[in-house]
Amino acid sequence: MTMIKETYPVKAGDMTAAGDVSARIKRQMKQLGIPASVVRRVSVGTYEAEINLVIHSEGGRIDFSISPEKITIRVVDQGPGIPDLKKAMTEGWSTATNEVRNMGFGAGMGLPNMKRNADEFTIESTVGVGTDITMSFNI
Amino acid sequence: MQVSEFVKLAGGRVLTGEYEDREIACGYTCDLLSHVMGKGQADMAWITVQAHMNVIAVAALLDFACVIIPENLPVDETIIAKAAQEDIIMISCEQTAFELVNVLHEGGVPSAKKG
Ligand SMILES: Nc1ncnc2c1ncn2[C@@H]1O[C@H](COP(=O)(O)OP(=O)(O)OP(=O)(O)O)[C@@H](O)[C@H]1O
Ligand SMILES: [Mg+2]
Repeated sequence: MTMIKETYPVKAGDMTAAGDVSARIKRQMKQLGIPASVVRRVSVGTYEAEINLVIHSEGGRIDFSISPEKITIRVVDQGPGIPDLKKAMTEGWSTATNEVRNMGFGAGMGLPNMKRNADEFTIESTVGVGTDITMSFNI
Repeated sequence: MQVSEFVKLAGGRVLTGEYEDREIACGYTCDLLSHVMGKGQADMAWITVQAHMNVIAVAALLDFACVIIPENLPVDETIIAKAAQEDIIMISCEQTAFELVNVLHEGGVPSAKKG
């Protein structure tokens, strides 16, 4: 049984709005009384994914769903895709521009943070098509 | 240590105005947002030279006790307004991050956990 299923679009390049979707998802989790430790892990995973959509992708969406057992976050974008997933998943590896590095992004920790905080993490990416990430978190 | 105690000891200025006092559970200083996302815990005091919207987003998302800006670095009014709206206590201090860590440490605040 799925209690909630929502989709939020995320625009590429919009640094001021970056984080808004994560904030909305967090509010919903709190309203539903999800335990604080789960809220925290989902928030970290969602925020990292949202920032990546803004700074690395051509735009995409975040799907949020809750069942009694788990929370699932799916993140799909419209490109450009990641050529080497193994490299991308390595701590410290980043192609972030100087502009976003000056803002404190580009540590190359976002994808590792997502993987560490989720109970299940899958990532698929095709150059020229896009990236598709699913994270699930046991409640 | 309460946020108000830190403000007093550090001679800080609370940019966001009146606030509800809260306990500081731990502290961390870093300017790379993903490192902070990885280490961040509820009720953490975060010292950073970054002062933009995304800092407020991170602090709000992880329920930090306060954001501390060292060396009187300029903070835009729009950032302060956003912080106030999100109930984030934003404090500006004259000292360096190094000195501010010492204030927290002497007050018995532990470091955010590793890993
Ligand atoms: N949605 C995406 N589309 C295209 N490339 C991506 C996407 N997400 C990540 N990448 C690539 O993977 C690299 C590593 O991503 P990761 O989130 O781990 O680090 P970062 O975003 O560079 O820095 P940080 O997240 O620490 O601020 C990125 O630098 C980028 O090259
Ligand atoms: Mg990232």
